Amino acid sequence: MDKIKGLFCKECKKPYPAEAIHVCEFCFGPLEVAYNYEVIQKNISKEKIMQGPLSLWRYADLLPVESQPTVGLNTGFTPFVHAKNLGKQLGLDYLYLKNDSVNAPTLSFKDRVVAVALTRARELGFDTVACASTGNLANSVSANAAEANFKCFVFIPADLEAGKILGNLVYKPNVVAVEGTYDDVNRLCSEIAGEYPWAFVNINVRPYYSEGSKTLAFETAEALGWQAPDHVVVPIASGSLLTKIYKGFHEFERLNLIPSVTTQIHGAQAEGCSPVATAFKKKKDFIQPVKPDTIAKSLAIGNPADGFYAIKIAQETGGLIESVSDTEIIEGIKLLAENEGIFTETAGGVTIAVLKKLANQGVFQKNKSVVAYITGNGLKTQEAIAPAVGAPWHIQPNLKSFQNTLQKEGK
Amino acid sequence: MANLKVRITFPEDKIREPIIYNTGKNYKVVTNIRRADVTEKTGWVDLELVGDTDEIERAVEGMKAAGVKVDPIERNIIE
Repeated sequence: MDKIKGLFCKECKKPYPAEAIHVCEFCFGPLEVAYNYEVIQKNISKEKIMQGPLSLWRYADLLPVESQPTVGLNTGFTPFVHAKNLGKQLGLDYLYLKNDSVNAPTLSFKDRVVAVALTRARELGFDTVACASTGNLANSVSANAAEANFKCFVFIPADLEAGKILGNLVYKPNVVAVEGTYDDVNRLCSEIAGEYPWAFVNINVRPYYSEGSKTLAFETAEALGWQAPDHVVVPIASGSLLTKIYKGFHEFERLNLIPSVTTQIHGAQAEGCSPVATAFKKKKDFIQPVKPDTIAKSLAIGNPADGFYAIKIAQETGGLIESVSDTEIIEGIKLLAENEGIFTETAGGVTIAVLKKLANQGVFQKNKSVVAYITGNGLKTQEAIAPAVGAPWHIQPNLKSFQNTLQKEGK
Repeated sequence: MANLKVRITFPEDKIREPIIYNTGKNYKVVTNIRRADVTEKTGWVDLELVGDTDEIERAVEGMKAAGVKVDPIERNIIE
């Protein structure tokens, strides 16, 4: 018997074959991978995992691929940092950072989901992969497609910043800049995905793609000595990442790899795009779509597909979903850089700012373990932080000038 | 015949309007509700539109003009 049972609808539970499909034909609910956990249980063990590759593929038994992985062989297994300096500031003895800002090959957690999506796409016989993106996802699909010899189409809004376009063009995918509003671009991509026989990573292969995020939970539990943390703080864009981190811990528990999971799962959004946090605070499960207006562009999803599920998980685990202003996001980026030497992008700033907010509210006890997920690299969003980092001291090329400046600056 | 799956979100000031009925009446499309959550203040409907491609396009534009948000069933695809 195979480890993949098939797909099933998250809403009406109707089963489907494990193909490149993502929407239930009956209720239009999202499809999810169904596993034969009995089969997995027989194959998986801590020892086997620990002897596996130093990548996310050490957890291949719990990923939706049938053969040997072919994409993202160096992805995952990113640093797990005991953040003592930041922890001291926030009054936390056991604060940890999962640092996907140095993930391979393109410095964001998207490398995880794309590694799984493209490996599965190859198994399903696709020769072309595609995505619609304004940043990290496009980088990862383009780079991985180049290495894995897929034809690649990347759709971007025509008004995307030049630097971000360059970051995709370098891998030589077919970059299509679509004129029109965000909604126009979004809808066109949905139609294209239905029209062409391509693996559109976050559309028709999304059930497989999203499973890659579970590896953040797996790596966390393994790094903590085979146990889940007391708290996690996760950025929310579509909400998928938060739901998969929850799923990852609970799969490990189900397979007796870790003791009972009591992790409180907290979500982080930017105030300028906080439909999930707003619904959570109002105790509603209806997500009112918003028009994003925030510097945290990688979290700017105004109508998040998995927001409903993210709220349910936060409520079930006793977590909170908070939002922070753009000013707090910048402060969050600086706080992390100045204390831990990690330069994260705006999404990471959101996570750290919400971590700080929750710590100040007394949500975490000092001796509890708290893990914050740093999902992207600051070098990609330098423009956001530029006005807030000061300037170098300008001196003349002589010692006197240097000494005068040191004195002036009080160093 | 083509079909399009969409998520329609109603703002509070439009919740009393028979937008789906009007869509079926004003355009040559069949509207088929698959899932919905509508309250007195707000709501969403997952809807299938079946008809000629051009007529579906016109129906979508008509719904937008009527004041509801029309997204692909996947909602935000651009990540």
